[in-house]
Amino acid sequence: MAEKMELNEIEVWDGNQAAAQALRQAQVDVVAAYPITPSTPIVEGYGAFVANGYIDGEFVMVESEHAAMSGCVGAAAAGGRVATATSSQGFMLMIEVLYQASGMRLPIVLNVVNRAIASPLNVRGDHGDMYAGRDSGWIQLDAFNAQEAYDMNLCAFKISEDINVRLPVMVHQDGFTTSHTAQNVRPLSDDEAYAFIGDYKPVDEMLDFSKAVTYGAQTEEDWHFEHKAKQHRALMDSYVVIDRVFEEFEKKTGRKYRRLESYMMDDAEVAIVALGATVETCILAAKELREQEGLKAGVVAPRSIRPFPFNEIREVLANVKAVAALDHSVSMGAMGMLYNEIAGAMLSAQERPLLTNFIYGLGGRDFAVDEAKRIFREQKGHADVGYITTEIQQFSGLRGPKLGFYEMKRS
Amino acid sequence: MKGVLATDRRGMRELGAEEMVGWDEVTQGVVLPSFDQAIGNAAFLKPEERPYSDFSSYTATVASWRVIRPVYNRDICIDCQNCWVWCPDASIISRDKQMLGIDYDHCKGCGVCVEVCPTNPKSLLMFAETETIEEALAKWPEKKKKEK
Repeated sequence: MAEKMELNEIEVWDGNQAAAQALRQAQVDVVAAYPITPSTPIVEGYGAFVANGYIDGEFVMVESEHAAMSGCVGAAAAGGRVATATSSQGFMLMIEVLYQASGMRLPIVLNVVNRAIASPLNVRGDHGDMYAGRDSGWIQLDAFNAQEAYDMNLCAFKISEDINVRLPVMVHQDGFTTSHTAQNVRPLSDDEAYAFIGDYKPVDEMLDFSKAVTYGAQTEEDWHFEHKAKQHRALMDSYVVIDRVFEEFEKKTGRKYRRLESYMMDDAEVAIVALGATVETCILAAKELREQEGLKAGVVAPRSIRPFPFNEIREVLANVKAVAALDHSVSMGAMGMLYNEIAGAMLSAQERPLLTNFIYGLGGRDFAVDEAKRIFREQKGHADVGYITTEIQQFSGLRGPKLGFYEMKRS
Repeated sequence: MKGVLATDRRGMRELGAEEMVGWDEVTQGVVLPSFDQAIGNAAFLKPEERPYSDFSSYTATVASWRVIRPVYNRDICIDCQNCWVWCPDASIISRDKQMLGIDYDHCKGCGVCVEVCPTNPKSLLMFAETETIEEALAKWPEKKKKEK
């Protein structure tokens, strides 16, 4: 029997410690991990909790991230509650197995502490790894601070293991900005947290020898399509459970989450759509602009990147005049992911905002409140004249001659 | 060997001959049950006694691409079970430590059984798929003399 831990009403945790504590409270059975900066303290924390008797679980050391996720797939298929963490290069090495996990409908919680992808090598935060995982069939939840890293982990287990979902879930937080910044976190007690998540409910578990099952079957052109369509449907429909879990979480904690977060959007004329810790920077900028310049600025942030909140994007941006999509990663050779997703949603809306794209913060380059304000003001400029006055894709905080792509077509 | 092959009891089907159900009816996560009902003692049942489901390849022939096959010669075999142990596809049929023959619906023709056969001459030899068992047995080599 695992020992309980006495927690204060307010703990000072960074994002990594918050996630590790959530794994402890979830009493994760198996963590197979190959630690990598900046996510290392999450699995290190789990290992320490196991060693000190706070978790009845097993930390499996493996030889690579590919093996780490493979171990998670095996443990989840066997019928255990499973989690791990990774970043950047490690995430890239896991990718093949990420598709296996989602295709086998295995509930696994993966903490992705977002970090840039080489080359050139870089340990700091951007969303390159997050974007590389967006077609992998996982639910992707994004935490903007340490508290949310804790909260999203608790919700992730409950969503992932729900009988109507049975899909793996990634919980994203920004490398260093969130993962290594100590903040006030209000945890649940061990009993409350575990009661919220509930006991693990095994489905088709391989350790039930009375019902032998095959995992990882091969299907060719006569069956593959049907299985992939069923999986896609499960991910698309998972929003129902995500919403329900967020509601239950609010009842328990008072902290309200939505698949598409929006701030000051009721009367917003211009908006920024962003992910990660940048959301908080943009909220601060919008507040100051509203107070100091009377600019009706608002912020929109997908809490759930997959499933993408298509309808909610259309609703919240319906009456906004100009929107900047801030991508913390460059999708080489195309517009940023957020830009494309938003453009795709708004194309079928009655009213469409002017939509521009900023690539910012690659490799951990700082993105400050003043820059967010400048972008808001630029959107106001587009809104006032009724067209995009700049190039559609621009770069924020980049040295050298101004770089940008495409202009608005006007007749 | 009567009664121990899947064909004897349940018939044989070609892979892909299943009912082509739509996306809404396929199993979640492509997880396929081996048996039609829960059983606690599969390890103690002979294959022909187990309630294999149609998702198991037990009743499906998966050997259509084999080009050479092992032929078994009962007259030479000493029932050592080496081939049974080594066969990667459980295609050597043996009951009560007595070798009965080869399950050609699952054998892929890899030849491991021939390699590990210790008798002289071998009790298993590879022949072209086009040769009948009778033709193969008629060609069986003589015992090799030990080289001095």
